[in-house]
Amino acid sequence: MLDISTLHYLVLGAALFLLGVIGVLTRRNVIIVLMSIELILNAVNLNLVALSHYWQGRPAALGGGPLALHGQVFAIFIITDAAAEAAVGLGILIAFFRNKETVNVDEVNLLKW
Amino acid sequence: MLFLDHIYLIPLLPAFGAAVMFFFGRRLQKSTVSAVCVGVVVLAFLMACGAVLQYTNWAAANDHRPFESIGYTWLGTDTGQTTFTTHDGSPAKFQLEAKLLLDPLSSIWLLFVTGVGMLIHIYSIGYMGHEGGYYRFFGYLNLFMFSMLTLILANNYALLFVGWEGVGLCSYLLIGFYFHRKSASDAANKAFIVNRIGDAGFILGMFFVAWLCGSLRFIDVTAAARSGHFAVGDPLITAATLLLFVGACGKSAQLPLYVWLPDAMEGPTPVSALIHAATMVTAGVYMVARSNALFVLAPNSMLVVAIVGALTAIFAASIGLVQNDIKRVLAYSTVSQLGYMFLALGVGAFAAGVFHVFTHAFFKALLFLGAGSVIHAMSGEQDMRNMGALSEKIPTTFRTMLTATLAIAGIPPLAGFFSKDEILWQAWKFSPYLWAIGFVTALMTAFYMFRLMYLTFWSPSRATSHEIEHHIHESPKSMTVPLVILAFFSITAGFLGVSASMGGSDHFGKFLEPVFANRVQTIEAAPAEEGSRGTEWLLMLLSVAAAGTGWFMASRAYGNAGKGYVEPIDAAAPPVYNTLLNKYYVDEGYDYLFTGRRKVGDVRLGVMGAGEASSWFDANVIDGAVNGAGWLTRAFATISKWWDTWIIDGIGVNGPAILARMLSYPARLFEWGLVQWYALVMTAGLVGFVFYYVYR
Repeated sequence: MLDISTLHYLVLGAALFLLGVIGVLTRRNVIIVLMSIELILNAVNLNLVALSHYWQGRPAALGGGPLALHGQVFAIFIITDAAAEAAVGLGILIAFFRNKETVNVDEVNLLKW
Repeated sequence: MLFLDHIYLIPLLPAFGAAVMFFFGRRLQKSTVSAVCVGVVVLAFLMACGAVLQYTNWAAANDHRPFESIGYTWLGTDTGQTTFTTHDGSPAKFQLEAKLLLDPLSSIWLLFVTGVGMLIHIYSIGYMGHEGGYYRFFGYLNLFMFSMLTLILANNYALLFVGWEGVGLCSYLLIGFYFHRKSASDAANKAFIVNRIGDAGFILGMFFVAWLCGSLRFIDVTAAARSGHFAVGDPLITAATLLLFVGACGKSAQLPLYVWLPDAMEGPTPVSALIHAATMVTAGVYMVARSNALFVLAPNSMLVVAIVGALTAIFAASIGLVQNDIKRVLAYSTVSQLGYMFLALGVGAFAAGVFHVFTHAFFKALLFLGAGSVIHAMSGEQDMRNMGALSEKIPTTFRTMLTATLAIAGIPPLAGFFSKDEILWQAWKFSPYLWAIGFVTALMTAFYMFRLMYLTFWSPSRATSHEIEHHIHESPKSMTVPLVILAFFSITAGFLGVSASMGGSDHFGKFLEPVFANRVQTIEAAPAEEGSRGTEWLLMLLSVAAAGTGWFMASRAYGNAGKGYVEPIDAAAPPVYNTLLNKYYVDEGYDYLFTGRRKVGDVRLGVMGAGEASSWFDANVIDGAVNGAGWLTRAFATISKWWDTWIIDGIGVNGPAILARMLSYPARLFEWGLVQWYALVMTAGLVGFVFYYVYR
């Protein structure tokens, strides 16, 4: 049986991040882009939690110990932030939709030359 | 003192006659016209006689001063506000008066002008009796008398000039009396224009005189000249007198301004007699005699006067030798005799010159009136080649003309002998060369005058048709009586001025003494030696011999001139004859030089041509330069504009803008407005950063 080490979590986090980035860059629907942004944030969360757990297993004298919860706390902040950001993003989306009657991001090109 | 106080009536009476003719002449009968116009001149003559008599009495009691009559101020004020500075800086008042002056000089002119004028007016009654424009003729004649009398009686140069211009005007009007004839109106124009040239000189001379002497009044000028203020030979006085003489040349037909007088014969014969023989042409002599004080101060001017007079005399006499028109011969004779008068004035013999004017008036007027009578008898024929054998048919005319011819040729004891001889004697004393010219002229004068007599009266008849021959008749009494009177004076007038050398008492010269006071002391300064008396008699004999020789030569050449007679000069030397006949081509020369009627190709000749040339120069070269400067400025402006539009604006101003735009093209491409593209670029940058820091 494979031993699930921290590395596996980081790789998973990286993969999710990469999927999120690709989604941001590629998808046409604005809502999917927002979902991809959430995915990125969550990938980052995963990274943070995994690494925080790793440092919990390390001895206290080297910066770890049972109270080295920095990553997990930060992850909660990020969740909050992601929620706020999603709210704002949806607000922008609705304002934009009122103007252009579409949710395709490649039709948001009025600021071109 | 009655006449003297009312001396202004003498010129005004003829003016009145002219005015009546001007306003009412057309409606008047011929007899009324004659009565008015001739009457005023007769009255003027009687008044003139009275005035001169009274003057002689008055002058004897008044130190022989000139008499100035009442008058009025014509120009200038009495308050002295119109002042000018004379050449030596002293201030003078500018004032011209209209006052009349009577002194011995003007008395003589007054008498013969009114006298001869009166006779010619009477003559014209008969001569112009059948012509149209009778009242116009007499009106002009009276206007002429008024102008001439103003000229003579004026007390200053300006009023003299008024009369001067007036006689010029009347000359124009009367020469062009038959104005529908082009030759007559051309001749009138010529007279007036040539006169005008002289007048320009006269006016300039007047300015000089006013500037030098501070006044134009004769009394003042004479006093200033004799005061010793000016040195003899003063160049300014010389200039002034030369300019005055130019005026005299124009009016009195001297070289080179004589050309109008022969053409003036286009006018009626009484006009030629009055104006161009007896009166108007003597105005120049009068003016020079009047200015004798100034001329005496300028010996160079007097030399010029004498030389011009002598040359004119011989020049005109030579032309007169071959002319065929009877009046032309007399016209050139007038020019020649005027030359004698100026010769006399120039050598300082003022009294002799004036004496010749006096005698010449009688016999020249007589010659012209006689010629008129001849023309009248020949039904208008004026060419002597078609006359002849008139001596029996018109005896009175013949006898009077013979008298005048003897007078002009200088055969004693007629008038011309005394006056001409005096001139020749004075000329000899001055310079033998001038005497020689005068002597040859006297010979020529005798020749052409007797030629006239022979061809007209003594040779066989060459009349062109029988009707003319049958029509020859003596003129009416109104024409012949003046001839007889003039003949009487031609005989007797000379006795007034018999010089001392011939045992006479020279009343004439003594009468004129107060006017020519200076001359008495300078000319007679040379003591009368016994030898000079002998020379004088010798010269006298020589002149009589010359006259006789001339008569003899004429009789040989023309005594039996039948039809187709040969001119002796033509036979001897045809080129000379042609030159003389064509008046030395002077008129043609003037035409080339001055009138501007001749062209060579498209280029005008002479003075007018120079005018046209300078006008061309101004229009093309000078204005061309101006236009060229303008064109250059515009060319520069155009280049400037091109530079500004294309170079400055194009490269300087628009260039950076275009450059900026060109450079911004690539940069623009990054702004698609697609959010995902921006996100991709951001991501790429981020990855780049990460790689850079990881693999550093």
